[in-house]
Amino acid sequence: MKRLLFAAALGASLLGSTLPAYPAEEVEVLHWWTSGGEARSVAELKKMLEAKGYKWKDFAVAGGGGENAMTVLKSRVVSGNPPTAAQIKGPTIQEWGAEGVLANLDDTAKAGTWDSLLPPVVANVMKYQGHYVAAPVNVHRVNWMWVNPEVFKKAGAKVPTTWEEFATACDKIQKAGMIAVAHGGQPWQDSTVFESVALGVGGADFYKKAFVQLDQAALGGATMQKAFSVLRNIQKCTDKGAPGRDWNLATAMVIQGKAGMQFMGDWAKGEFTAAGKTPGKDFLCLPAPGTKGAYTFNIDSFVMFEQKSAGAKAGQKALAEAIMSPEFQEIFNLNKGSIPARAGVSMAKFDQCAKDSTAEFQGSSKSGTLVPSWAHGMAIPASTQGALFDVVTQFFNSDMSPKDAAQKLAQAGKTK
Amino acid sequence: MRTAVSAPVPGSGSVRRWLADALPKAVLAPTLLMSVIFVYGFIAWTVYLSLTPSRLLPNYEFVGLAQYIALFDNERWWVALKNLAIFGFLFVVLGLAIGLTLAILLDQRIRIEGFLRSLYLYPMALSFIVTGAAWKWILNPSLGLEHLMRSWGFQNFSFDWLVNPDRAIYTVVIAGVWQSAGFVMALFLAGLRGIDDSIIKAAQVDGASLFTIYRRIIIPSMRPVFFSALIILSHIAVKSFDLVMALTAGGPGFASDLPATFMYSFAFTRNQLGLGAASAVMMLFILAAVLVPFIWAEGRQRRQDR
Repeated sequence: MKRLLFAAALGASLLGSTLPAYPAEEVEVLHWWTSGGEARSVAELKKMLEAKGYKWKDFAVAGGGGENAMTVLKSRVVSGNPPTAAQIKGPTIQEWGAEGVLANLDDTAKAGTWDSLLPPVVANVMKYQGHYVAAPVNVHRVNWMWVNPEVFKKAGAKVPTTWEEFATACDKIQKAGMIAVAHGGQPWQDSTVFESVALGVGGADFYKKAFVQLDQAALGGATMQKAFSVLRNIQKCTDKGAPGRDWNLATAMVIQGKAGMQFMGDWAKGEFTAAGKTPGKDFLCLPAPGTKGAYTFNIDSFVMFEQKSAGAKAGQKALAEAIMSPEFQEIFNLNKGSIPARAGVSMAKFDQCAKDSTAEFQGSSKSGTLVPSWAHGMAIPASTQGALFDVVTQFFNSDMSPKDAAQKLAQAGKTK
Repeated sequence: MRTAVSAPVPGSGSVRRWLADALPKAVLAPTLLMSVIFVYGFIAWTVYLSLTPSRLLPNYEFVGLAQYIALFDNERWWVALKNLAIFGFLFVVLGLAIGLTLAILLDQRIRIEGFLRSLYLYPMALSFIVTGAAWKWILNPSLGLEHLMRSWGFQNFSFDWLVNPDRAIYTVVIAGVWQSAGFVMALFLAGLRGIDDSIIKAAQVDGASLFTIYRRIIIPSMRPVFFSALIILSHIAVKSFDLVMALTAGGPGFASDLPATFMYSFAFTRNQLGLGAASAVMMLFILAAVLVPFIWAEGRQRRQDR
């Protein structure tokens, strides 16, 4: 009996020791990029790390917005066994930082002169209390308007550059028997449109006051009411089938010439190019009315978790270096439809939309009109963002007055 | 062999008795332990979390009822509660009514009864996700029923409940009843078949009409079936999540939110774990408020019957 117990104990200890959390040279990355172009983009990162001699352990948890991935991540971190890196963005990085589980990347950042490569607004998102904890992979512009010029030509309408022109164009397209705005009535899409409207109506300073600083006067004020009344006009330009529609189906309506335009970030471009359309000819990518020169950014990043062994730390460093390398940023963003987050990447292979996006990104960074997209989790904590979503989507789906909506928005802005 | 049986080792009888006594307990112990930890333990943990300011990860600081105050201050929670009342009531009542009607109609010794029975029961074999997705397409005005009727020439036909914030919750009722009515029918049919034929024959001899037989004898004698069906339907209603997710995703806006979808979005996507836990505890209370009186009343009835 004693011998049996001893053997069992030995077996258990052996089992324990042969199952360490990670073999040193393994790099485990949690992400939810599992669809076409996105999966190809991740495969590039894997190739680069394997070329450096590290073993890539893919930790993909499917499910669009990454909710499932976050649930898995939480359980891994709570059990003291975090992955090397995880796809986390915006203020959520700060929330993880406050839990004290993130790694410090300052050495890597210093060696790679990240401070000179990243615009300060972007660098700030990647830092927790002044230390780099994450590496950015791309920049999406959210305040785009995707236009099918054929529809506008048929309706005899002019592509709008202000919200007044938008109303006229909408009228003409609807009179010609087509849908003016392709929209998917999901809370995040309602807010994606609303954020572009607020930026166009109030400008970058107003936007920052309202959606970054959550200033009560800006959230509940007259400018916000005006933005809500523009949103009401847009809602009247959408079709009856909009509620619940996915964004890519709305994009398809623009591609097929059923609808004139869509307000959506530049991930929509992938749908156009996949359908064999050429930018500038078959479709136009323009800033949403009134937002020329301003830029709402949505940046994906990989956050690094504190690792125990030296080998894992080395792998983490290599991962961060690979993410910031110009080669990766180029190939990744060609696949994903976004633009590189860092300076010094050749834009020769990118299409016109991406080149425009880059020019505006750099221009707005200098002029102070580069603002974080709150609808995509770049500006405010998830709880506040959710409360604002509720107000915008309720306004969009009811006959609430702009005045009440602005009041409710100010109330929601207090959500901690 | 024979000697072994006829001359047992002293004390082996008591060992065997002890074993017979202990074995069932030993076999059941792991299951019991599991349910104590994973059901009651986690209920207790959730209750505790609802009294903490937990956000992204659990945080064990005690803040009293602050999360409950925030919860009942939240407009969306009230929408979810109102929707649960509408959905729960209609889902249970319509489910019972349609299920019973189908069962009575099938009970008339008709031909191909087996075929019809499985036909009505099949929706139950689907997951709510499939039901939700199918009805989402059927009810979508630009894809489904409305589009079909209009393309057949009924230009004024309109059925836009799915995209109408005031009506969206009723589409969840339609899809839910469609799925569950067949199951309720099967329960009632089994109950109908279990009724003693001689009572019915006696009633027929007394000259009772078929309607009277059903109203005065058959339906009252199916009380336990009503009870089981009610419990099954009402707990499905309170924890209903996947159907709403697939059908409307709580939309348009949050017009068709239910407590379960509310809990999911606050606990898991908005990093408000404490608030989500508070709403989960409230769901437990709602369920208890509905079921405990029924179980108690049924238990009393049974004691009286004895």
